[in-house]
Amino acid sequence: MNALALLSQLGGAVLAVALAPVLAGWVAQCRAWLQNRSAPPLLQPYRSLRKLFRKDAALATYASPLFRATPYVVFGTMAMAAAIIPSVTTDLPMARVADAIALVGLFATARVFMALAAMDIGTVFGSMGARREMMIGFLAEPALLMVLFNAFLMFGSTALPTVVEDILNTKGLMLQPSLAFAGVAFVMVLLAENARIPIDNPATHLEVTMIHEAMLLEYSARHLALMEWASWLKLFNYACIGFALFVPWGIALHANGPLALLFAVAWLAAKLVVAGAVLAVIETVSAKLRIFRAPEFLSMAFLLAVLGLLVHLLLQS
Amino acid sequence: MNPFFATHVPVLLGLVFAWLVLGLAGLVRSHRITWVAYTLFPLGALVAMGIAAVGFSALADGFVAEQVILPLGLPDLPFHIRLDALSGFFLLLLGSVSAGISVFAAGYFRAGEGASPGLLCLQYHTFLASMAMVILADDAYLFMVAWETMALSSYFLVTTQHRIPEIQRAGFLYLLMAHVGALALLLCFGVLQGGSWLMTFDAMRGATLSPVWAGVAFGLALFGFGAKAGLVPLHVWLPEAHPAAPSPVSAMMSGLMLKVAIYGLLRVSFDLLHGGPWWWGMLTLVLGLGTALFGAVFAAVQTDMKRLLAYSSIENIGLIAAAIGLALLSYAFDMRLLAALALTAALLHALNHALFKSLLFLATGSVLHATHERSLGKLGGLIRRMPWVATLALIGTLALAGLPPLNGFVSEWLLLQAFLSTPSIPHAFVNMIVPVGAAVVALTAALAGYVMVKFYGVIFLGQPREPSLMQAHDAGWLERVGLGWLALGCILIGVFPQVALNAIAAVTRVLVGTVIQRGPAPWWIAPVAREQASYSGLWLLLGMAGTIAVMFVLVRRMYHGRVRRTPPWNCGYPALTPRMQDTAEGFGQPIRHMFGPFFRIARELPAPDDRAPRYRIQIDDRCWHGLYLPLARAVGWLADAVSVLQRGRLAVYLMYSFLTLLVLLVFVL
Amino acid sequence: MPTLTLATQFLHVLAAGLLMISFGMLAQRRTRSLIVLLAWQGAVLTASTLLVAISAHLPDLYYSAALTLVEKVWLMPWILMRLMRRLGIEGDSDPLVNIPTLMLVGLGLVIFAFGLAQPISSLATTVTRQTLGIAMAVILLAFLMMIARHKAVTQVIGFLAMENGLFFAATSTTYGMPMVIELGIALDLLVGVFIFGIFFFQIREQFDSLDLHQLEALKED
Repeated sequence: MNALALLSQLGGAVLAVALAPVLAGWVAQCRAWLQNRSAPPLLQPYRSLRKLFRKDAALATYASPLFRATPYVVFGTMAMAAAIIPSVTTDLPMARVADAIALVGLFATARVFMALAAMDIGTVFGSMGARREMMIGFLAEPALLMVLFNAFLMFGSTALPTVVEDILNTKGLMLQPSLAFAGVAFVMVLLAENARIPIDNPATHLEVTMIHEAMLLEYSARHLALMEWASWLKLFNYACIGFALFVPWGIALHANGPLALLFAVAWLAAKLVVAGAVLAVIETVSAKLRIFRAPEFLSMAFLLAVLGLLVHLLLQS
Repeated sequence: MNPFFATHVPVLLGLVFAWLVLGLAGLVRSHRITWVAYTLFPLGALVAMGIAAVGFSALADGFVAEQVILPLGLPDLPFHIRLDALSGFFLLLLGSVSAGISVFAAGYFRAGEGASPGLLCLQYHTFLASMAMVILADDAYLFMVAWETMALSSYFLVTTQHRIPEIQRAGFLYLLMAHVGALALLLCFGVLQGGSWLMTFDAMRGATLSPVWAGVAFGLALFGFGAKAGLVPLHVWLPEAHPAAPSPVSAMMSGLMLKVAIYGLLRVSFDLLHGGPWWWGMLTLVLGLGTALFGAVFAAVQTDMKRLLAYSSIENIGLIAAAIGLALLSYAFDMRLLAALALTAALLHALNHALFKSLLFLATGSVLHATHERSLGKLGGLIRRMPWVATLALIGTLALAGLPPLNGFVSEWLLLQAFLSTPSIPHAFVNMIVPVGAAVVALTAALAGYVMVKFYGVIFLGQPREPSLMQAHDAGWLERVGLGWLALGCILIGVFPQVALNAIAAVTRVLVGTVIQRGPAPWWIAPVAREQASYSGLWLLLGMAGTIAVMFVLVRRMYHGRVRRTPPWNCGYPALTPRMQDTAEGFGQPIRHMFGPFFRIARELPAPDDRAPRYRIQIDDRCWHGLYLPLARAVGWLADAVSVLQRGRLAVYLMYSFLTLLVLLVFVL
Repeated sequence: MPTLTLATQFLHVLAAGLLMISFGMLAQRRTRSLIVLLAWQGAVLTASTLLVAISAHLPDLYYSAALTLVEKVWLMPWILMRLMRRLGIEGDSDPLVNIPTLMLVGLGLVIFAFGLAQPISSLATTVTRQTLGIAMAVILLAFLMMIARHKAVTQVIGFLAMENGLFFAATSTTYGMPMVIELGIALDLLVGVFIFGIFFFQIREQFDSLDLHQLEALKED
């Protein structure tokens, strides 16, 4: 562990926190273009953050300390997750502390706290949102874990940087059919976990259909800002997990010097631009599912990921 | 070994004896709370700490197993005692967890609830002592005596409030299952002695069994210990007995007694039988995974808080059994390191489960005392009235949900690592089923999160669903200390996992002959290799705490942070009553919907013109209706058939005896 | 990890694609999408046959690839689409078992097929031997789909998907069947689909529906 590693570790996390709103803004912009609306500016998320941070917080009379602590916990876990995903460099000291299983655990922590906070006020929509979020979570979480397992089985490590290094160091083309399954499953999980269209609509405030927004209803001002920011960060993290597993090219390796980091940041930006556009296209062409179809969608993702494992075992023997 | 050189065992026996003495002392002034509760129970906790300390010292490097023959028991059949690393670990578990439970119980048991406190004290300490003796026993005779004492004393504890018919019924079911299980164990030991007719475990270790008989012995052990631990389909007593018992007793049964059954399974399968063919492991693995999923799904739809926890115990026992199955499986293919890893996961999860499940059961006890309400549909909002219990229960909830950086996560992490390292098993089908097992473990762990959000959210969060809850009071200081002790355990193992793994290493060395890799620091584990996987609870905690602190300071610095208290927003709906909140049934609805075929659901829908509409839903276990009731009917039918023999005339009875005699004589010829 | 040739790697990817399409068919409710998936399956099959033909230098397989392309990608789906429009059954139809359960059963079948295929494929010597398990899984999944649907058209689609699996198994273990047999099967399938088509119209005349539940009325009590 040297100074550069520590610096790139910290820099990566800060970069993720800082860039996450742009990604959200970019997806919103693409969606607006595709739907023939005039798009909000790219930096709109920052403006809303600034607006929210300045306001007085309105808190329900009997909100417990848990309710007030949750935004910080959720944000903290998401920032921590950003620190262990190799988005720019594989030289991450923190990735030794928490491997990819712990990463899934961190996401679960954020989800559980969010659901608990939503139940704290005891409103109708809050508890309904908590219930639905947990329903989606309990299927999406193992699906994500199984997607990651595909990579672990292939490279014999649960640390994401090691996986990335192994992929990048492989000479020649290595086509992995199991990764195709994992890739499809991953996209499905990403959509579900980030409140995207077939499962949930991030733009909606229609009482009956909302999931993620229902949990945030009682939050305002700085608490709401942190929650929103955390959810953007979550999308960013998911995108980076996807890059690390499926398109890791461009991530700076251990051995590469500081200059490679700059290239890696440029690569990351390019990949984010493409991924955001693709996400917007997916959201535009698909219709929202009924809530009862959501488990079907997610169990499909879960089973596809398991199928990927099986195919890998079959073909590798 | 010469008893004079044994240093640990005499101390242990003294401590166990002290428990018995404390129990008897309860009878002296059985109605004086100051005597029984404030003196004897805390002393019991001290004894428990002593037992934990001795158990821990048996896990040190270089400890040689101690064997002692007691001058007790039947003539020619003395009691054998042995302390090795495996018993040491389970004594550590028993002692450390029961210390917390005893302190809590000191504040919990009061006069006027069923049996007198003194009697409870006797049963309670007999229960503890018998569990310790099961763990220490080194011959089948003492093992069975202690085992049955454990079953009986816990039966009396379950039926503390024996005037309530449901509790009587639950107690009877428990006793029945305990005895069916004990019968299987008796037969198992009968097979294990392998023709030598020596009942010591030493003789059984040395006996050579044919593969068929070894398989029979293993099957019987799995049945017997499985019935005690609650493996599906032998779990039916568990969700009945746990809610019936007073909360400290539920905590002991769920946290400790189930682990004693796990101990027995490990002792027989690894120590006495030295592992076996791969199908043992497969069977245990599949049973365990099925149990885990079953428990999690059922826990999600429960409406009684203690039943919910009981089903969650079934789930966790399933996970432990799955880990043991994986260990047996890899041991059969002579993959020692993997077996050690899976076994470590099993043992650590046993310890973790003992800690957080006791914690939660005790917390429900406090809630029960404060509100006199067990139904989730009538609780809510207690975090404001009972901040201590709520905070400590939150730690248990998060640990049980398997969230980092608490202890539940560590054992699930290890279990997943074990599953991940298996693809080299040289068997096509096994190879294919193991990743599916990992998938089931992941699904179960995620479902546990769902269950725990439901449990905590409905009890402690939201608004009180009944006006009487506004009078709820927080737990007393003894109860807080007990809860705090267990919560501390959850945090410490989560943050310093390597300490626990070091202790477990001694056990795996004894059972499978190897140990997993030692982590680089007490807070850093890397069970296989550092490049492959490592995890550090402390750093994770520090990282999270650091980010949270930085964020908090930044938000405070940059903005004023004024807070206005208002009525909740709730999309502008004005009249918000506590009854509009999601109920426990409502929260379980998605699971009920998705796993419909699992359940046997009876619904009562109100008619449209009903004056007082009532919606009722009852969710039953298919095992009960599909397996146990037909079995009971078959037994009843058989009994009817046999009752033909009962004529009531002496001459006929004499003739039966005479015929028997004749038949036996023919056989002798 | 053993290094495989590029052709084998591509073949593995195509095999995985075949399996994924099979699962997609299992989870699909709409008849129209089912037919589209069937056409895609044919396309993947064509590609894999071509790949085997190139890598193993077997000119026979070029013809069989061409045949697959014409028959399974164009002709059959076209007939089925027409049939579907004429019968007016484009909408959703719920399967007999709920879809997650169906997929779970499918997963079990995959494990079974893979476990079964491993000892066999270790005997084979072709470059494609490892895909036998996938071929078997595709057959079993198609069968499962036939069982779990109650619209008659889906049965035919399942039947065709099954044949796809068989064809793939043949290419992967023994580099394809002799040309005569292949032509015969192709013709059989075509005739089969025609007969089914006539049959459907008859069923609909009789019962006013294509729901196979109606056939239960034929049972004598």
